Amino acid sequence: MVPQMASGADVLGLLPELWLVAGALVVLLAGSFLPRRRLNLARLLTLVSCAGSLGSTTLTLGRGIRTVFEGNFAIDHATTAVRLIAVGATAIVVLLAGDELAGSARQAELCVLLLLATTGTLVLAGAQDLLLVITGFLLASVPLYALVGLTRTPLAAEASLKTYLFGSLSGIVLMAGVTVLYGLGGRTDYPGLEAGLATAPTGPLIVGTVALFAGLMFKIGAVPGHFWVPDAAQGSGVLAASYLTTVPKIGALVAAFRLVTVLPGPSRAALLVAILAVVTMTLGNLAAFSQNDPQRLLGWSTVSQAGYLLVPVAMAGRSGLATGALVVYLAGYAVTNLAAFAVIAAVPGRRTLTEYTGLAGRQPWLAGALLVALLGLVGTPPAAVFAGKLAITVAAWEGGDAWLALVVLLNSLLSLFYYLRWIAPLVRSGRPVTSVRRWGATVAVAVAGLSVLLGIASALLWRVIGAG
Amino acid sequence: MLSLIIFLPLVVGLLLCVVRLPDLVARWVWVVTALAEFVLVVTLWVTARPGSSGLWAEEQLRWIPSVGVSYHVGVDGLSLPLLGLTAVIFVAAAAYAFAQHDRPRLYAAVNLFLQSTCFGLFAAQDLILFFVFFDLSIVAMYLVIARWGHGATHRRSALKFFLYTFLGSLALLGAFIGLFVASNPHTFDMVALAAHPPLVGRPGAATLVIVLLLIGLAVKTPTVPFHTWLPPAHTDAPTVGSLVLAAVLLKMGTYGFVRIAMPMLPESWRQWSWVIIVVGVVSVLYGALVALAQTDLKRTIAYTSVNHMGYVVLGVGVAGLTARSDEVARQIAVTGAVTQMVSHGLITGALFLLAGTFWERRQSYALDDYGGLARSAPRLTAMFGLAAFASLGLPGFSGFVAEFQIFTGSIALAPVTAVALLGILITAGLFLRALQRVFTGPQRGASVDFADLSPHEVLAAGLLLVPAVAIGLVPRPLLAVITPAAQTLIRQLGG
Repeated sequence: MVPQMASGADVLGLLPELWLVAGALVVLLAGSFLPRRRLNLARLLTLVSCAGSLGSTTLTLGRGIRTVFEGNFAIDHATTAVRLIAVGATAIVVLLAGDELAGSARQAELCVLLLLATTGTLVLAGAQDLLLVITGFLLASVPLYALVGLTRTPLAAEASLKTYLFGSLSGIVLMAGVTVLYGLGGRTDYPGLEAGLATAPTGPLIVGTVALFAGLMFKIGAVPGHFWVPDAAQGSGVLAASYLTTVPKIGALVAAFRLVTVLPGPSRAALLVAILAVVTMTLGNLAAFSQNDPQRLLGWSTVSQAGYLLVPVAMAGRSGLATGALVVYLAGYAVTNLAAFAVIAAVPGRRTLTEYTGLAGRQPWLAGALLVALLGLVGTPPAAVFAGKLAITVAAWEGGDAWLALVVLLNSLLSLFYYLRWIAPLVRSGRPVTSVRRWGATVAVAVAGLSVLLGIASALLWRVIGAG
Repeated sequence: MLSLIIFLPLVVGLLLCVVRLPDLVARWVWVVTALAEFVLVVTLWVTARPGSSGLWAEEQLRWIPSVGVSYHVGVDGLSLPLLGLTAVIFVAAAAYAFAQHDRPRLYAAVNLFLQSTCFGLFAAQDLILFFVFFDLSIVAMYLVIARWGHGATHRRSALKFFLYTFLGSLALLGAFIGLFVASNPHTFDMVALAAHPPLVGRPGAATLVIVLLLIGLAVKTPTVPFHTWLPPAHTDAPTVGSLVLAAVLLKMGTYGFVRIAMPMLPESWRQWSWVIIVVGVVSVLYGALVALAQTDLKRTIAYTSVNHMGYVVLGVGVAGLTARSDEVARQIAVTGAVTQMVSHGLITGALFLLAGTFWERRQSYALDDYGGLARSAPRLTAMFGLAAFASLGLPGFSGFVAEFQIFTGSIALAPVTAVALLGILITAGLFLRALQRVFTGPQRGASVDFADLSPHEVLAAGLLLVPAVAIGLVPRPLLAVITPAAQTLIRQLGG
């Protein structure tokens, strides 16, 4: 018998990530050699690697919590949940943008970028070391710039540049934060850092914490790193828009969650995150009020949703429900947001809300899916976002911040207004029928249904993170 | 059995969405489902007996255990009358909508969905389950008003309705979470929360929770000053929408008082009872006076709703007065309040149905457009007169039974509440004036050649007026169900 290499188990632990990387390499090669009419194979290979990743994650369900690579990467409930949500969402994006991808000459490249960015998200989520956080941040960001830019419209060019500039700036700020914290704590691995920072002077500690979180907020799409989100969501195609409003924030939120528990009390990390949460959700909702472009509206809506998602992050370590609340909300938000984008993918070219007039009369199923998705984003029960919103408000109140819970509820009321601006035209009579894209429509109905099912069966989500 | 009652309309509604039935068949499906629901509720009423927890037909399943949510349903003397009311109202709705021509299949589906949410809410024994149905009823009603409403402003009215009542529902959710966090062990279960009220001896948190709860329920009821969404919603809603909104959806607010606020926050309820009484009395008087000033028939009826719901608020408010330690009077007031919920549903429902026939024939609710209608439409005149007299509280109708008990209880506990009697006087005046203007005198304007009620319209309105008279003449069977529940409630309220 060949003696087991010391890191063999470690490598196997990263099987879900390896599936994605391997998938990216294969798709890249296939894309270089396949004739253009065979490029649909690239999409299939992407889905296969997502399925492989999901499958290997499912096999780890119910296993214990552990770390691999000398404690650098945690494989715990949160990582498992992120693997399922982020990879599942990536697969849904590939499906819903099927028509857009099929019509693109760069199908393989787009798929490679998606797979690599998702890998970055997973690395970010599992990171137990500040250096790995930087790696994950870069791995998740760089493909994103290209993804936005590949749409090749003037708006997309501007959005791509904006995303790139903000991304680079945030990356530098993040690295500055890491440097300061490393200087104070003497270590970059979390357990060592926690011990090292226990006696750190408060002033520099706060500077380091603020810089670190400010960098992460770019990936989360929250204040102060939110500026690129609405532009990118509006300017790029449905593929990039649906992806960048859903997946990148998943890993960054979990990274922020871990950091809040690691950084010592005087760093005020939890308070900082709570304030950013309130500012983000309120700003996102107010800015969405006057939007007439559905993609831009969803762009601002995703900013506000990032605000809600920061609430459980602020409650990390203070409420027993915080991890579960984050995971349930993330899962619910991902499917619901993708359902809305799938509807856009199904009826492309409608760039204002009023162009959706009469959809209910012509395409009742599609209108129904959009209705479920938009009401779901408001937090209407029993859809999945409601289960998440219930969990985050309970966590906030239980963690001792009843005010934060009330702010979340008030913001839900604000958000209802602009989602209704999109719902109202649906039920009006009007406009002749336009052609409907097959992939988008099918995925819209399926994912909208999934968002309701996930809400009713949200106990399953809690089981993934080992509660209930 | 209870779950069957709750989900049967939902399932049928979904089937109607999916299967492309002809319009006539879809209408019949709705009528038959509504009748089946009625039979099921009657069966439940006759056969079910209280279990160990005091609930009838109780069912409980685990749902989201991590946050203490379960699927827990059951009925008692407070909810059973409202289930009965809901069943009757939807039979009348299905009968009335038989002549509806604007996408009847979808209309039936949305209304069946709405019916499910109403049954679910009155049967819920878990706060989150209650909230789920509360919110979904708002969504369904929004769709009804926005899609099938009439008038130039119906989309704006629908939006106002949604935003306003959504504000109420979020306040409720906040209160529910406050109750959950304060309970030990954490639970959303209504039975457990009523058995061991949380927040006892914690005045700060209790104040926050009861304020949220009162705002949420007051918006839905609605009481002054949260009533402004009601008149436009009613005026622009289709007739069946108005019927369900007035008869069932408004009861969700007042039902919340007796089901949630009183048993779960007894201490705070006693402290706040004067505030609630004042709000009730002001709603009674303000609603009546504003109704008097209206020139639009449907708006008039909408404002009498504010007036009638004010009596309910008055009744539950005085139940918190413990100074005179008169338990019988408190119990009578609560019994009257619950009876008033049923009575208002039947009578105001009938008024809205009959008012709807005005729009269907002449697209106008303006009182000035009509006159001498008795000559061209004798059946309408007779039924409207009957409903109007019932609404002003004439003995022999259910309204009298309810209001008599509310006033007996409240005047015994707080004589000053007798000022609310003025409300009855004003309502009587305004109904008599409206009857006179619309139905008597020489025929003019839109009254000429006004087609009388068709058989299905007579049937729909009759379905509501017959029980209103029956309760007025033989109130015993209904009161026998409500009274024990009211006694339990007063015991929980303590004092």
